[in-house]
Amino acid sequence: MMAEAKRELIERLQKDILQWEGYRPPASDARNTLGLGSIEAAFPNGVFPVAAVHELVCGSAEQAAAGGGFVTGILSTLLKQGGVGVWIGRSRRLFAPALTVFGVLPHKVIFISLTKDKDALWVMEEALKCVGLTAVICEVGELDFKQSRRLQLAVEQSRVTGFVLRNDTQLNSTACAARWQIRSLPSADLNGLPGLGFLRWQVELLKVRNGQTGTWVLEWQQDHFVIVEETVMIEERQVG
Amino acid sequence: MAIWFRHLLTDGLALRRPQLKELPFVLVMPVKNRIVITASSRLAEQQGAFTGMAAADARAAVPELVAIDDTPGKAAKLLRLLGLWCLRYTPIVAIDLPNGLILDISGCAHLWTDERGYLKEIVLKLRNAGFDARAAIADTPGAAWAVSRFAKISPIVAIGKQSQAIASLPPAALRLEPEILERLQKLGFRTIGPLLSMPAPTLRRRFGTTLLTRLDQALGKINEVLTPIVPPVPYVERLPCLEPVRTKVAIEIAIENLLSALCLRLQAEGKGLRKAILKCIRIDGRTVQASITTNRGSHSVSHLFKLFELQVAKIEPALGIELFVLEAAKVEDMETVQEQIWALDRGLADTALAELLDRVAGKVGAEAIQRYLPAEHYWPERSVKIAVSLTEEPQTAWPEQMRPIRLLNNPEAIEVMALVPDNPPKTFIYKGKRHSIIKADGPERIGREWWRDGGEHRDYFVVEDSEGQRYWVFRSGHYDGGDARWYLHGYFA
Repeated sequence: MMAEAKRELIERLQKDILQWEGYRPPASDARNTLGLGSIEAAFPNGVFPVAAVHELVCGSAEQAAAGGGFVTGILSTLLKQGGVGVWIGRSRRLFAPALTVFGVLPHKVIFISLTKDKDALWVMEEALKCVGLTAVICEVGELDFKQSRRLQLAVEQSRVTGFVLRNDTQLNSTACAARWQIRSLPSADLNGLPGLGFLRWQVELLKVRNGQTGTWVLEWQQDHFVIVEETVMIEERQVG
Repeated sequence: MAIWFRHLLTDGLALRRPQLKELPFVLVMPVKNRIVITASSRLAEQQGAFTGMAAADARAAVPELVAIDDTPGKAAKLLRLLGLWCLRYTPIVAIDLPNGLILDISGCAHLWTDERGYLKEIVLKLRNAGFDARAAIADTPGAAWAVSRFAKISPIVAIGKQSQAIASLPPAALRLEPEILERLQKLGFRTIGPLLSMPAPTLRRRFGTTLLTRLDQALGKINEVLTPIVPPVPYVERLPCLEPVRTKVAIEIAIENLLSALCLRLQAEGKGLRKAILKCIRIDGRTVQASITTNRGSHSVSHLFKLFELQVAKIEPALGIELFVLEAAKVEDMETVQEQIWALDRGLADTALAELLDRVAGKVGAEAIQRYLPAEHYWPERSVKIAVSLTEEPQTAWPEQMRPIRLLNNPEAIEVMALVPDNPPKTFIYKGKRHSIIKADGPERIGREWWRDGGEHRDYFVVEDSEGQRYWVFRSGHYDGGDARWYLHGYFA
């Protein structure tokens, strides 16, 4: 009896803390899902934080491509309500027609190609402050804590979703809401048909503020994500 | 107001070579096997060497005559310089070849008390500089031209008194061609007066329409269009400073003041600014410039100020700036957007987005920002085109084929092993790393557009290696052609 009362108290306190930190519980009827299935459950209140900056760690060109694909998949649901995305990339590497596979109309995305990290982060911060946008994706080399904090502050005002594709393997701490790592996996056979199957990734949630980390195997089928396999690290949230 | 430089070329030359001042000299040019005088100085003219004479004849009259070769186009250059100097008296100055300037002085003369003071000021300044100038003020450029060159009376024609002023002048004062002048001479028209009272059809039948046009222009019945040497900018704001300005804050305040004045005017006329130039005139006489461009017309002070804020660092005040001039080089009509309580999603037509892109363009350059539209080409490098404007919609649908999310700018050569010549590769080596291929899709043959460029077609394969990484590789040309090469062209997600 005592233990139950204590648990309830702790749950209520946790909810309060979440609210103070800016995570509002969603209205039960208006719950927008991003089609990420059980991945969304790993986030506080079970909602993918839209007004936040997510970072994706991409060590190689292949991982950067996989990360780009995953982000584009999320972008497709974000852009369904209308709106515009901005993709800040390096030296015109991104191939616009590829976005159609993920259900994003490439002409709804504005590409800004820059060579310097400093410029890219400046543009990203300005873009994140712009209320008219839906999502901003930025490819950078390095991201330090101070910069990530600035991005996070910009986002909290405008409620734009930010994705940072980091090109370094050195993992310093940042103020981003979540840290992802996406790797490609061999695709599964399609009923014994030759050729490639659906795009398949291993999605790792390395770090998430007020949530649970985990690993999932995800596929992109036609126009939505399908979770093939999941491992969630249930761990006690560190308080204080 | 018309200004006539009687010895334009020779005065100009004498200014550059002061030793010529005391000598009778002429400018000469060969015309049909004769050396003809094209311009003669005042001293030479007094001694009997006139323009149009053969140089040899003139030498007989004036033994110490100095002849200098004339360069064509000199007059236009000199007049342009003089015209630019005259800009301090009026904004509209037009060149009147071969030896005059025409100034539109409407609303300028009162700054020098009256027209007489104004004329005196300009003519005296020009004479002191060494130019033998005569000027006249009239309602029409034609009348002023005539009076400045031919009248022996007061150079200022009162309002509406053109016909009296030109009545006693010879017909040459009407800027007519030599043939017409000769015919008028033969018929005994010594002055313009009798022409004024003759019926128009008679004059047209005898002398053509030119004479009538010139008469009407002189009398003000037809408008004469001047071509100003510096085209006036319709939207311009000026801010003189009492003390020269040197600090960043002061420059920013100046910009803000200018912008708020300009934007107020633009707003009232329903216009939006597309391009603006800020000219800062320093006390050392130099001008420094900063310019901004916007994606969509704007008359928002705060937005335009933000764009200029990025440029302030480039303005070097040196000893101080004494005058700021803000010119709106390009404006366009603007649709007014009603402000909404609920921020509706306007997509690409959003003002906030356009303002963001303006700021980005101001910081890193407009060429960095791109929006792509599908182009009707299969060749991957040509399959997208860059959208011209923010709101341009695609004319055709985007292709459905699987395309790599990252495309290399130039395909990179790889080493490949395939079991059977036309099969997808079994392994490939790229940058020293071996990838063994488990699955592959293809080939997808993409031919070259022969009407654009020659070369081999490409057979594309989508391959997946043992780690699940997916690549876009192609073979250029046929296998049996002997020179088939393999390339990596992109990465799939």
